[in-house]
Amino acid sequence: MIYLTRKCEFSASHYYYNPKLTPDENQRIFGKCANLNGHGHNYTLEVTVKGEVNPKTGFVVDLKELKEILNREVLEALDHRHLNKEVPEFANVIPTTENLTIAIWNRLQSKLNGAKLHRVRVYELPDLFVDFYGEP
Amino acid sequence: MKAHLTRRYIFSASHRLHSDELSAEENHAIYGKCSNPYGHGHNYALEVTVSGQVNPQTGMVCNLADLDDAVQRGVLDRFDHQNLNSRQELASAVPTTENLSAAVFNILQQSFTAAHLERVRLEETMMNSFEYSG
Repeated sequence: MIYLTRKCEFSASHYYYNPKLTPDENQRIFGKCANLNGHGHNYTLEVTVKGEVNPKTGFVVDLKELKEILNREVLEALDHRHLNKEVPEFANVIPTTENLTIAIWNRLQSKLNGAKLHRVRVYELPDLFVDFYGEP
Repeated sequence: MKAHLTRRYIFSASHRLHSDELSAEENHAIYGKCSNPYGHGHNYALEVTVSGQVNPQTGMVCNLADLDDAVQRGVLDRFDHQNLNSRQELASAVPTTENLSAAVFNILQQSFTAAHLERVRLEETMMNSFEYSG
């Protein structure tokens, strides 16, 4: 089994606010992230796929194809977008890095050919990242 | 849905790798310049990974401020700008980064209960790092 990781970047804005909570509770839990005017990050996405090496090509996965899938399924939807307002997954879900990582997993999982999705890692900052392995 | 969250912290400390149970020659053979008598220091990078279900109300595995607080009190306040050999947590062990990783893990496992502690990873320099998962 070989694991292959492809990395890309996107920039987006968001805020954290749960309308079921009071303004005070939102402020206490989310702090400055609850500012409804939003703020933004440069995110780094690492997608790791796993599989056996194809003896004909020497590849686990066609990197060009993986790049196209990432562009189409993730970057076109998220890059230079407001996650709360423009990305359907976050209409009623707070776009934390945890939920963003799960959403990217769900976008990619059924789209990969040949290799299996192993891990999605999203860096919100160089010192903060979330991993999702598809665990329930 | 279970997610893993990792946060990275920096601290600086000095140490000397030396065992009183070994002769001077043995210490030198095993630890080399790390055994020089007055010690030396590193900028350590600590990565703390916790896991748990994403809370549907907050979208979080745990509140980052709580994790930061636990690491600040438990690790940074203890070890940052300290000599590791002089710390009681490492009194019975040579303060290698292996032993420091285990000490940090044990401290955080006791003090941070808002999510499951998966792993600590310590970079001693850019060239080497150590992981401990309990």
